[in-house]
Amino acid sequence: MNSVPDILRILPEVLLTATGVAVMLTDATWPAGRARRPLGWVAAAGTMLALWASLGQLALPAGTGFSGTVETSVFTVFFHALICGLVLVVVLLSLDTLPEDSHHQGEYYALIVFGAVGMCLLTGAVELLLVFIALEISSISTYILTGYRKHTARGPEAAIKYFLLGSFATAFLLYGIALIFGATGTTQIYEIAHLAPTATNQALILAGLGLMLVGILFKVSAAPFHVWTPDVYEGAPTPVVALLATAPKVAAFALLMRVLYEMLPTLRPVWSPLLWVVAVLSMTVGNLAALRQQNVKRMLAYSSIAHAGYLLAAFAGLGSSGIAAACFYTAAYAAMNVGIFAVITVVSGYEEKRPLIANFRGLIYRSPLLGGLLIFFLASLVGIPFTGGFMGKLASFSAAAEGGAFWLVLIGLLNSGLAAAYYLRLALAAAQRPTGGKTAAPTPQVSIALGAALLFAVAATLALGIVPGGVLHAADASAQVLQAPSAGTSAPNNAVPPR
Amino acid sequence: MNAINNSILTLILLLPLLGAIAVALAPDREKLPNWIALATSLITFGLTLHLPAHFVVGQSGFQFEVSRQWIESPAIFYHVGVDGLSLWLVVLTGLLAPVGVVASWTAIRERRKVFYSLFLVQQTAMFGVFISLDLILYYGFWELSLVPMAILIAMYGRSNGPRAALRFFLFTFIPSAPLLVAILWLYAQTRSFDFVTMQAAIAHGNLGTWPLFWLALAFLFAFAVKVPIFPLHGWIADTFSEAPVALAMVVAGKLGLYSLLRFHIGLFPVQARDVAPVMVGLAVVGILYGACLALVQRDFWRLMAFAAVSHLSLITLGIYGLTLTGWEGAVYQILNHGVVDGVLFLLLGVLYDSYATSEIADYGGLARKLPRTATFFVIGSLGMIGLPMLGNFVGELLILLGTFTGVSKSWAIAAALGVILGAAYMLGLIQRLFFGPESALALSKPPEDLQRGQLAVIWPLIALMLAMGVVPGLWLPSIEEGVYLPQTAEQLKGSVVVPQPLLPQSAVPAATDEEGPQ
Repeated sequence: MNSVPDILRILPEVLLTATGVAVMLTDATWPAGRARRPLGWVAAAGTMLALWASLGQLALPAGTGFSGTVETSVFTVFFHALICGLVLVVVLLSLDTLPEDSHHQGEYYALIVFGAVGMCLLTGAVELLLVFIALEISSISTYILTGYRKHTARGPEAAIKYFLLGSFATAFLLYGIALIFGATGTTQIYEIAHLAPTATNQALILAGLGLMLVGILFKVSAAPFHVWTPDVYEGAPTPVVALLATAPKVAAFALLMRVLYEMLPTLRPVWSPLLWVVAVLSMTVGNLAALRQQNVKRMLAYSSIAHAGYLLAAFAGLGSSGIAAACFYTAAYAAMNVGIFAVITVVSGYEEKRPLIANFRGLIYRSPLLGGLLIFFLASLVGIPFTGGFMGKLASFSAAAEGGAFWLVLIGLLNSGLAAAYYLRLALAAAQRPTGGKTAAPTPQVSIALGAALLFAVAATLALGIVPGGVLHAADASAQVLQAPSAGTSAPNNAVPPR
Repeated sequence: MNAINNSILTLILLLPLLGAIAVALAPDREKLPNWIALATSLITFGLTLHLPAHFVVGQSGFQFEVSRQWIESPAIFYHVGVDGLSLWLVVLTGLLAPVGVVASWTAIRERRKVFYSLFLVQQTAMFGVFISLDLILYYGFWELSLVPMAILIAMYGRSNGPRAALRFFLFTFIPSAPLLVAILWLYAQTRSFDFVTMQAAIAHGNLGTWPLFWLALAFLFAFAVKVPIFPLHGWIADTFSEAPVALAMVVAGKLGLYSLLRFHIGLFPVQARDVAPVMVGLAVVGILYGACLALVQRDFWRLMAFAAVSHLSLITLGIYGLTLTGWEGAVYQILNHGVVDGVLFLLLGVLYDSYATSEIADYGGLARKLPRTATFFVIGSLGMIGLPMLGNFVGELLILLGTFTGVSKSWAIAAALGVILGAAYMLGLIQRLFFGPESALALSKPPEDLQRGQLAVIWPLIALMLAMGVVPGLWLPSIEEGVYLPQTAEQLKGSVVVPQPLLPQSAVPAATDEEGPQ
């Protein structure tokens, strides 16, 4: 029945796991005192291999493997490629920013790669228990990475906060899964989609959906489940924040789309207004709070909350146009955020002696390249045309407008006008003439690995803004996957008919 | 020739961008960035001259049009083209680019690469605004034009750049949010971002009175801030005093005024007619208010800012008078204003550069030491005042004539009063800067009069001012055709006054030859 070997359905995950194990084993056998940097290159190579494998999955007929628990389709490939790309940038970024003498470098890279396994699996899982396991794999890696700077007070504090709150959120998710299982008797997403409309106890399904949403919205840091974000971002090392702010959120958004559009599309009248409220709340809370921040990472933490709001606006769109817009926005969001955190990593350094907006003053005079890149990514976050940020917003808001949610669009765009104020504060500080006093930091250097990471992020952000055709197509195709009404409803082992 | 006609606009759009990349990649050696920027802007200007040379007067619709699908869904097209309305604005933008480079030649001493690349990106954005016929493309360039401006104001601001930049950016960025909502709403109704399609859909469709009212208001608001129209001028004084000369020259006026004509009146003629009385009132208030404030300024950049408010309000009056003469005068006046501002800003930039102050009181008696600067400044000021034989006179005359015959005599008289006040503050400025006893400042430094490069820019501009005053017939026929929108006129039956053409050589296309552009 299943013509594709199961292993091919999870090839990227397998490769990533192998990379992680290889990195850890090498680390253990590597003579003490020898530079650990090559481990980073191993991780980067493994990630690239996984990226290649994910793209290779396009050649497979869309369908599920391992008794209907993982799916490969355009949708999963889209998100796999995105996550692998992000992890690659983060690894490259870490290569030069981790201090040479820092211990446990092997674990650092291994954890990033293991985290990626969880995130990738999360986007491919069509079985709620596997969803839960994948979420845990990715979360536990990120909890540890958050506290990587053990000697600072902020690091462990952030890790514990993240861990406690994150565990609660995961518990909510699990409880929701249990309730839905109670109502339908299954945890397979296609089957739930099939059985849910006719289930006798609709209240149980609604309660399950609500609990699951709490868990997922926590992961995407949408208001009112966002309180952890600024503290965690502030405490974690900046390259880890580059990861935290992008890849797990990308995976969580994929899960959100799957749960809402594939598992419970019939409940749209219930979840759509709910997400409307969450979207408006996220944008407004995120932007208002960001206005008052002095610490760049905290400001960007609030900005990412606001961006989660813009993205959720796409869910007001009708069917596939909404999903496509959300997919596209996820890509744009990821590209520009990983880019800006990369720049900030270089400028404020690993120990972050210079985390305030005031410390960025005159950056463009000290280093035109870094200053220019910072302003470029900020422009994308503001939503200046010909960048990914603008196209993302355009896609998201035009989907919402098509869905008739004009108030949402108006609130969203006014919010993005408001947001310009704080992004601009940073951008203009960077453009201002330096004072030459003691705040003047040394000019940061850009190495090859870092240059590659930055180039990757810039190219992606620009491409998404100027020639978004390819990604829009992929997003559309992904949306079709979730919209396919017959997606293996009765027989999960069958290949989904390619569309 | 066809191949050139089809690609000329794209070339004009891309060349400054390529120049910007070249500047960014070239080594930062002495004046190399300046030369690359100058070469790029001169070649681009040369290319823009192709447009009037091959523009067919009398042919309706857009010319040099290119329309290619850019993004499938939502359906966004790379659709560009010019008509009589945008034709000369493109040329003006091209003309002011080398002037801007020359004005910055010695003024910008550090981070030249950043300055000139952003300056050239700004050029691309402005060209884009004038030639885009797809609303998202247009919106893209509209927003893009803010970025280089804001960064450069922050970088090279004279005292508090970042504050002025923030003000400028937010003032123009926030109103564009409702504009985008309006564009998206129109898209949701018409399934197209194309200007021509939207125009037809609004004219024939039944989009409802109230939605259209709000849409038109969103468009108007966004553009009015950019012009700026009283009372939305809060950003202009700070921007003028902080922005590098090359950018102050182009920041106000033409983008907003063009957008008003093309997208507010062009898309929503009926709604525009409804708000026209209000706009006429605001315009006249703006003329007098700007002129009065200009009279009492102590800083010459701020004086120029309020003078600009006054002059731009006059153009607004021409636009919302809804007469053909007024529209024609308005577009012509945008051109004149651009040229005259180019001259005056260049000269004030030279003064600021050598004396490092913009306090008018510090100057005085410079005429003897800087005879050339003084002479050209007087000529430029006379142009600004509207001396007959110079371009502004024609533009102002047309606008006032349109107002007088088409709107109301009293408004026209009030507006004319503003023109007289204009003479007062400009002549006062000349007197305080160049004549009277020699000030301590003038004695403190050896005189440095205009250099050859600056003269090479000023002479042609002065000649152009004269030409525009003496033979306006070179420009007006194509402008007249651009502003004469048969569709709009038809919708406004009776409310647009279409008097006989003023000039014998002008050719107004017959209103019957075309209905509903495709």
